[in-house]
Amino acid sequence: MKKRRKNTMLRVGLILTGLLAALILLGCFWTPYDPEAMDAAAKFLPPCLAHPMGTDSFGRDIFSRVLKGAGTTFGIALSTVAMGGALGILIGAVTGYFGGVVDDILMRLGDVITAFPSILLALVVISLMGPGKKSNVVLALGLVFIPSFARVTRTAYASLRDVNYVQSARLMGASHSRILWLHILPNTRQVLLPALTIGFNNAALAEASMSYLCIGVTPPDASLGYMLSEAQGVFQRAPWYALSTGLTLVSIIFGVGLIGQGLQREKGGEV
Amino acid sequence: MKYVLGRLVMLAVTMAAVSFLTFAAFDLISGDPATAMLGTQATEEKVEALREELGLNHPLLVRYGSWLAGFFTGDLGMSYQYRQPVGELLAPKVAVTLWLTLLSFLMIVVVSLPLGLLSARYAGGPWDGLWAGVNQFCMAVPPFFTGILLSYLFGIVLRWFVPGDFPGLEAPGKALWYLVFPALAIALPRAAMTVRMLRSTVVAEMNKAYVRTAISRGNDRGGVLWHHVLKNALVPVVTFLAQTLAEIVAGSIVVEQVFGIPGLGRMLVASISGRDYPVVQAIVVILALWVVAAGTAADLLGRRIDPRLKIGGRV
Amino acid sequence: MLEIRDLHVKFQGRTREAVSGVNLTIRDGEIVGLVGESGSGKSVTAMSIAGLLPRRSCDYSGEVLLGEVDLLHASRAMLRTIQGREIGVVFQEPMTCMDPLMTVGRQVEEALRIHTDLGREERRRRALRAMEEVELPEAETLYGKYPHELSGGMCQRAMIAAAIVTQPRLLLLDEPTTALDVTIQAQILELLKKLNRESGASMLFISHNLAVVRKLCSRVAVMQRGVLVEEGETDAVFHHPTHPYTQRLIAAIPTRRRKEDAP
Repeated sequence: MKKRRKNTMLRVGLILTGLLAALILLGCFWTPYDPEAMDAAAKFLPPCLAHPMGTDSFGRDIFSRVLKGAGTTFGIALSTVAMGGALGILIGAVTGYFGGVVDDILMRLGDVITAFPSILLALVVISLMGPGKKSNVVLALGLVFIPSFARVTRTAYASLRDVNYVQSARLMGASHSRILWLHILPNTRQVLLPALTIGFNNAALAEASMSYLCIGVTPPDASLGYMLSEAQGVFQRAPWYALSTGLTLVSIIFGVGLIGQGLQREKGGEV
Repeated sequence: MKYVLGRLVMLAVTMAAVSFLTFAAFDLISGDPATAMLGTQATEEKVEALREELGLNHPLLVRYGSWLAGFFTGDLGMSYQYRQPVGELLAPKVAVTLWLTLLSFLMIVVVSLPLGLLSARYAGGPWDGLWAGVNQFCMAVPPFFTGILLSYLFGIVLRWFVPGDFPGLEAPGKALWYLVFPALAIALPRAAMTVRMLRSTVVAEMNKAYVRTAISRGNDRGGVLWHHVLKNALVPVVTFLAQTLAEIVAGSIVVEQVFGIPGLGRMLVASISGRDYPVVQAIVVILALWVVAAGTAADLLGRRIDPRLKIGGRV
Repeated sequence: MLEIRDLHVKFQGRTREAVSGVNLTIRDGEIVGLVGESGSGKSVTAMSIAGLLPRRSCDYSGEVLLGEVDLLHASRAMLRTIQGREIGVVFQEPMTCMDPLMTVGRQVEEALRIHTDLGREERRRRALRAMEEVELPEAETLYGKYPHELSGGMCQRAMIAAAIVTQPRLLLLDEPTTALDVTIQAQILELLKKLNRESGASMLFISHNLAVVRKLCSRVAVMQRGVLVEEGETDAVFHHPTHPYTQRLIAAIPTRRRKEDAP
């Protein structure tokens, strides 16, 4: 019984995320309409067969725009996790494995940094680099997420540093880098994978928030956050605009969240 | 007592480091505030005079020192955008954000503590999977989206408040009523997280050996919970709630924009867009102080609750 | 005083019964040893007496009679009036069995708080007396301390004090000395003997250590794979074990006498 339930979360999450990812991938190559094409004759059309999510104040097809915007959010969150994850895991693995003074200092620093909400940090970094550019958003978020990944990795590595199989690998003359990446890394996946999904969600949320505030991704780049700020202004005329944009964002975060939760249950963390 | 002092010193050191880094970083990128204030057409002498007046010709550390001294005396410099002392500009906004934060925090605590305990009580029951799904969904809704929906539902449809027309703190009752809706938007995902956290903590405690001992003495379910489990679950919960205080402030940055509330968050966004660095800097330091102070308070509270922490287990 | 009749316990999802058909009687003032290796069902037997069986996730049948009450089928409310008042339990690993955030004194007097209307002062007085009975030094100081400030042996004494504070008729001792080192173990055994002499409470002493059981118990029962394979007076069982499993167990006790016998 227990087995079935924990798989449900993971399965639903994977299906939902898979569907969204497929749609987004499709959106990269083909959209039903040109997301920027305005049509004065088709302003504020409610959802219909021709426009499954309706049109906005300029007569642009919302579905096409949502596909593009979701692609941006998804892509930024992925590259954040890739960048923050790679550097964070590298730093965390090395400091956790070797320990010492550097480890102490870095982790104390990490404690302070991770105490701050990621959106706040990202805002500060983006204001230093200059707001409103897509590349800056990616860079800012990537930087901001390094410490949290490093911390999770470090804890895992520090606890595995002296377990039997690592010690025996060391006795057999395995090099440090071999132990770090071949022996320990695979065994930290139960901790790292959920952490990566949580990081993905935080990054997606931070990107959408910043874009909503018009200091993240701004036109001409499409973004769910920026579209929501547009949609808020015309909510009374076209509630479908805000709803379809917002619900897309919610589905992305919900799907990945389910995967994370499912993975966590998989390791038997809860109940 | 010694520990309390140590923690306070640590807080001061952390804040010094954070404020210096912020100061240095913004100093580095902000270019020349004198030119920024006077515009590019200003004469060389005028700019030089203003530079002298603002003390921009001194080295970084000296300027940081005088900025820090100013921070404690309430003199935070001049806003480029508004040509107004930063302290004067921010004081009313701090109050608004503080109210919003506290209101939201209160909602989270009042809603999620009983819900968390209930869901721990029924852990493993038939509705567990569905419950976990609903919980996960609530966590996935970004506060600004909830905010948009709430302001439409309660503002436009039900007309319980007028979105975008914040009454101001001079009318505290009305202002608080207005803040209920943004506070709700911020609270929803965080409350869901708190419920889940509380649930897994209580469930984990329930499986510990001391609970079996308590049952073997004839405690009923309530006795086990009140006399044993709750106190043991409290330390992680307190730490989590401190984190929540920090997250709420972050949430308020976005949600203030949704509801048009003149708070710190909205000011921060406006100053970032307008590259008004003295204001950004001041807000960042204020928010950092809030985050670090919440963490310190949680730590001290944790030590009061758990005597084991006093003898140096965790830092 | 306590009578177990044909006790069967099977956990859901397992094929084998954890306890299958155990019959055992404990008479007034008697110390009975229950011996077996881990997984033999001795702890599950004890849990069914203490009312700690997870009823929802196991199938059970038979009777566990304490006087007139069938502990196996009694309601939770009924069980609660017996737990801690008529049956005191002492577990293995005293450190983890104590609530880390409650003072030792409050834990010792907890059963009084639950089962009596005594005031704070009176409870405290009785708790201190129980702590003196189990020979805890400086009971007054220990009363306000937390478990982590005590040694393992002291914790176990405190747990015994908590179990006897209501003067129960039966003490269940589930491997109470296993987690302690040998000298402390001996002291605790002496203490248990003394308590049995003075209060006349019956005891069920569960252990995998035959040597310990021999020192303490007047009667002994041996369990293997959920079945009670042998039961009798301690001396009789030790000198003339009838079941091959008991013979093997006894043969495995490292004693000086056996070394002399060996060649």
